[in-house]
Amino acid sequence: MNLHEYQGRALFRAGGIPMPDGDVAATPAEAEAIARRLNGQVVVKAQVHVGGRGKAGGVKLASTPKEAAEAAKKILGMQIKGLTVQKVLVVPAADIATEAYAGLILDRATQRPVFMVSAAGGIDIEEVAATTPEKITRLAVDPRYGLLPHQALTLAFTLFSDITQVRATAKILEQLYQIFISNGCTLTEINPLVSTPDGKVLALDAKVIIDDNELDRRPDLAQLRDETAEEPSEVTARKANLTFIKLSGNVGCVVNGAGLAMATMDLVKYYGGQPANFLDIGGSSNPEKVVNALKIITGDPEVKAILFNIFGGITRTDDVANGILTAMKQFKVNVPLVIRLTGTNEEEAVRILKAAGMQALNDMDEAVQKVVEVAKGAA
Amino acid sequence: MSIFADGNTRLIVQGITGRDGSFHARQMLEYGTRLVAGVTPGKGGQTFAPGVPIFNTVAEAVRATEANASVIYVPPMGAAGAIFEAADAGISLIVCITEGVPVLDLTKVMPYVRERGARLIGPNCPGLITPGACKIGIIPGNICIPGRVGLVSRSGTLTYEVVHQLTRNGLGQSSCVGIGGDPLIGTNFIDCLRGFQDDPATDAIVMLGEIGGTDEQNAAAFVKEYVTKPVVGFIAGQTAPKGRRMGHAGAIISGSSGTAEEKMAAFEAAGIGVMRRPADVIALLRKQM
Repeated sequence: MNLHEYQGRALFRAGGIPMPDGDVAATPAEAEAIARRLNGQVVVKAQVHVGGRGKAGGVKLASTPKEAAEAAKKILGMQIKGLTVQKVLVVPAADIATEAYAGLILDRATQRPVFMVSAAGGIDIEEVAATTPEKITRLAVDPRYGLLPHQALTLAFTLFSDITQVRATAKILEQLYQIFISNGCTLTEINPLVSTPDGKVLALDAKVIIDDNELDRRPDLAQLRDETAEEPSEVTARKANLTFIKLSGNVGCVVNGAGLAMATMDLVKYYGGQPANFLDIGGSSNPEKVVNALKIITGDPEVKAILFNIFGGITRTDDVANGILTAMKQFKVNVPLVIRLTGTNEEEAVRILKAAGMQALNDMDEAVQKVVEVAKGAA
Repeated sequence: MSIFADGNTRLIVQGITGRDGSFHARQMLEYGTRLVAGVTPGKGGQTFAPGVPIFNTVAEAVRATEANASVIYVPPMGAAGAIFEAADAGISLIVCITEGVPVLDLTKVMPYVRERGARLIGPNCPGLITPGACKIGIIPGNICIPGRVGLVSRSGTLTYEVVHQLTRNGLGQSSCVGIGGDPLIGTNFIDCLRGFQDDPATDAIVMLGEIGGTDEQNAAAFVKEYVTKPVVGFIAGQTAPKGRRMGHAGAIISGSSGTAEEKMAAFEAAGIGVMRRPADVIALLRKQM
């Protein structure tokens, strides 16, 4: 789960990381009041879960509280990559001497939290990692001992030479590590970590990603989720315990299992179609899940045909067949369905569908070819 | 022969009285797995089935039954604890089926398991099966037949799909291992590739990968250097958008890394037969075997 910058800032400040004052606003009047309190030039920043806010016009400089209100008026309600801006962050325009980068990520290869720091800050760190990896210092932390004092100092010395700034940075890195561990993060990142002309070290941005698996035991973190920042159909799906990602295609897909769901989308593309979504109904045999899945997919007007690809292991295919029939009784499914079922209780599933005048296919390739054809014919 | 588990493996089930644990324990018994005990704290002294006593702790179960493998069906927040307990009791093969284990728990689990010389498979995996001998986990036994193709996969149902294709075409399997869809897993492709290369009962290897991370690229490099048997591979998620978690926590393209194209190119460069779709497995294997 991605946090907004203002939410990340709250975690960082609670963890002791020095950051300039600032606050979040949902209206131009609120933005103006914050700017007045900050008493100086401010930056107004759109709070959305996409990169490239600046390029899209979602970050503006304002010299007076009035200008801050105007900037907020322009940014609030703006669409950035399909998402509507609901909130802006208002922070003082900082005086910057140098910009560095400090991030902590959960690394798959070492299976540990790994620090990445670079004196080349304010940039796309993935770009730096790809083109000039020598500019990044990496350090894997053993979670049993945490970030040791000498490790924090060693990293800090790669960013600064003044010992006061080095010590301040080492402390920030230790705090960043504590925030990472105590909030179940997979990423905590400061970009940029700046020094000011008077020698202070400050974090100007806060990026936080929390492990989704952490949320069940951390209701305090789960409530940070901003559903207005997500695709509405994905929110509905999550509440129905379905994993759903909307794409822009016309072949709806209902599959059990993430790997098979991805392979099904790939096969739709292979046969010349465009998948409308990723949808994993999971391993359980609950007909209700099938009903919800169909409800969500038929809500997308772009969908011209729907493919079911079910390989019954734990999932009973007869439950899926019953779910399809229940859904069709509850609401109008106005696009053609192509159903492929195999595995657990397959004979029963085929019988149920046949009795309702529907056909079930046994082969994945055959079913995908058919649904692509049907979608093309309907488009 | 096989990798990791065979007819002599003595298995316990952690969480044997839960809904999933009891269901799959019965399936494993029916398949012929040597299921010697179950563990559920507070239910010690009861019996799950004839010859399958329940113990309060893994250590007691190991003392009484000489179990050497465990399969874990406990809920996500207790899964790390169950793995620690199994490793501490001297279990050498730990298979964690549970999905949704917090990843920071796993950063502590991994070194603990390694230092005790145990192998962890998973979490968030379907387990493994050596057809005709031993099934540990949830892979449906009826879709497998004994044979000489080894299979390793990050997925569950996609594994079943490909095994189903193999079986329909008369290509039996030596062992099938689901290594799991999480970013942190105990056993990776390379561990399984080494196992299959060294297993005299395996003639060819199928690997099913997906987007996210660099495990498939590392595996390809390993194949080039170490594996002499034919290998064919598939990458799921060729149409996945960047930055979105495609169901599995590990299946996410970050920046430009972890894409299907990158992984398929690595396969090709290592001489691995690249499946464009699951059904290609048959023709590619026949060509290479």
